[in-house]
Amino acid sequence: MTDKPTGSRLDPWVQAYASRATSMRASEIRALFAVASRPEVVSLAGGMPFVEALDVKMFRSVVDSVLVKNAKTALQYGAGQGHVALRESVLEVMRPTGMTAHPDDIVITAGSQMAIDLIVRVMCNPGDVILVESPSYVGALGVFRAYEADIRHVAMDADGLNPTALKETIAKVKSEGKKVKLLYTIPSFHNPAGITQPQSRRAEILEIAEKENVLIIEDDPYALLSFDGVIHRPMAAVEKERVVYCGSFSKIISAGLRIGWAVAPHALREKLVLANEAATLCPSNFTQLIVDEYLRTQDWLAQVAVFRNIYQERRDALLGALKTYMPTGVSWTVPTGGFYSWLTLPNGFDATAMLPRAVTHLVAYVPGTGFFADGQGRSNMRLSFCYPPPERIVEGVKRLSAVMQEEAELLRTFGVGEKQ
Amino acid sequence: MRIAVLAGGLSAEREVSLRSGRRVAQALREKGQEVFEVDIDADLLPELRKINPDVVLPLVHGQIGEDGSLREVLDVAGYKTVGSPSAAARIAFEKPIANQVAAAAGVFVPKSIVLPQEAFKSLGATALLDSAISSIGLPMVVKPSHGGSALGASVVKSAEDLPAAMVTAFSYGSVVLMQPYLTGTEIAVCVIENSDGVTTLPIVEIIPDHDLYDYDCRYTAGMTEFFVPARISTDTANQASEIAVRMHKALGLKDISRTDLIIDAAGNIWFLEVNINPGQTETSLFPQAIAAAGLNLGEVFLELLTNLDQ
Repeated sequence: MTDKPTGSRLDPWVQAYASRATSMRASEIRALFAVASRPEVVSLAGGMPFVEALDVKMFRSVVDSVLVKNAKTALQYGAGQGHVALRESVLEVMRPTGMTAHPDDIVITAGSQMAIDLIVRVMCNPGDVILVESPSYVGALGVFRAYEADIRHVAMDADGLNPTALKETIAKVKSEGKKVKLLYTIPSFHNPAGITQPQSRRAEILEIAEKENVLIIEDDPYALLSFDGVIHRPMAAVEKERVVYCGSFSKIISAGLRIGWAVAPHALREKLVLANEAATLCPSNFTQLIVDEYLRTQDWLAQVAVFRNIYQERRDALLGALKTYMPTGVSWTVPTGGFYSWLTLPNGFDATAMLPRAVTHLVAYVPGTGFFADGQGRSNMRLSFCYPPPERIVEGVKRLSAVMQEEAELLRTFGVGEKQ
Repeated sequence: MRIAVLAGGLSAEREVSLRSGRRVAQALREKGQEVFEVDIDADLLPELRKINPDVVLPLVHGQIGEDGSLREVLDVAGYKTVGSPSAAARIAFEKPIANQVAAAAGVFVPKSIVLPQEAFKSLGATALLDSAISSIGLPMVVKPSHGGSALGASVVKSAEDLPAAMVTAFSYGSVVLMQPYLTGTEIAVCVIENSDGVTTLPIVEIIPDHDLYDYDCRYTAGMTEFFVPARISTDTANQASEIAVRMHKALGLKDISRTDLIIDAAGNIWFLEVNINPGQTETSLFPQAIAAAGLNLGEVFLELLTNLDQ
């Protein structure tokens, strides 16, 4: 008996990959996003901060200053926990939110994305249950998948994560003989939902987490980008031992610096430092010192106000255009800060299937399915208002409206969505 | 030689095209050529005037790139350009028309139904879909009438899945093609036209992990198994090669093309589609055929460019 002949799969390691790599593959959606990067397309898809609002000349002087004053440190390896001066400065950045901490409570990471990765790396075995909102941040879902977590979505309402749904989901997980390891939440200016949890809701969530002994990851990258003057107090400011807080400089300074941080309970923080060292040795000393120099020498709060005003104007442009141009049956959230609004389309619409038509009409969005681990979200899309100027946002929504009208006709023609 | 490699554009195959362009550009640089990569947009002609190339190599996929438009523009602007003339491209790009040419050339072509969205709207979708199922049977393949990389294509196994497949296909274009889902040995025959005439490369046999050789299987290394040369008899290989050459000539194609075929259990060879600007990415079929022939990607394209420049 001879072995069946095998051909080439153009990848000698195809049999060697970990099972978690199974979902890492090319996709039509990614191909369409490649078109969205072209200037002809109004991209309401990516969450790119509007870095053009930064004064590059000022920023160059900050970089020069770091190299003049501290080149030896900036160009060298650093501590796994992050540079102590920056950890001190992070306290100042968190101060408007009501968060207090000691510099030793902070771990600097390569963006808050890395902080999420480190927390899951330290906390979760494959199959461990992580609760997330419905929908949840696509980047966090990617981390949870990479560690082969069992991701369970919990329903949201107008005030964010729904406590009743949270209790029910925990009970269901327990009935399966499993334990919830983590609850991942974005309480302020949610990505992608654009919803903010009021303080009363946060207290309810904390109470449930306390009762069920669940550790919370509080992802708070948009904390200071509030449009109504209300800076929401993080859950971590209330309950430090139960919450790991993740912050980021990507939205208030520059995403290209890749600097974020975690504030964690002592014992967990020690493990995060070791995990950080194992993953990257240390965060970039160069960009840490740039951030620190910027925070210490520039009016960074005034720059945050500049960003806030820009994003508020764009949020208003988006909401105005949605009101003017969206067909009947489309609904959306009204964010009071951050970058995103979440649209719900009429029955039968499939935002993923509609994306090629949108790209042909030179407008792009992110289909809702990307924000779920379980196939939900087909009739949803995320629109971001952070990058295009207001007139382009309006143009983008006009184009999207035309796309939806064509799609509605197509769905009517084929009777898709007629049956409830 | 100064060579402008055109890639990118605004079609859904932009990323594939950019990857093809980068790969061929690098292969030509390794052969000592001066290569300029151009992502096509409204500044194309001013950009080309600045570059002043001896020859232009368009590797743009999808509409504009493969429907003859880009070639027409380059001809009008007076550039020496590799690839099929615009009139031939227009015919090859539209799958239903290419099917007619294939049938007229004596090649087996699967039964197909071609309808625009307007027809379903005006004549009633339910009745038309029922008729399509009666005529073609299930499973069937539903795909847009033009475009590559299997974008918008689905295999429909049950009647209730057909409306959603139609919606998906119509998202990529206004006309949809429905054909029976043929099983058998799927092969691709790559054609090169050079000073020796029209020749074929070793045939590539394709075994995708999915029912269809879809976008995932095309561009994720590991999701498709290839045999080059294909595990088919010499006689069948000769027939398939002859069909590919026949299609290349019947459509009036130039320089390169790839004809996709399927061999059924009875040994009949069926025409699936022809591609006038085959992908040149790391997982594409054309580079595999070139390698199996003992050739080098840079050498093959350099010969095409040199012939044109002379």
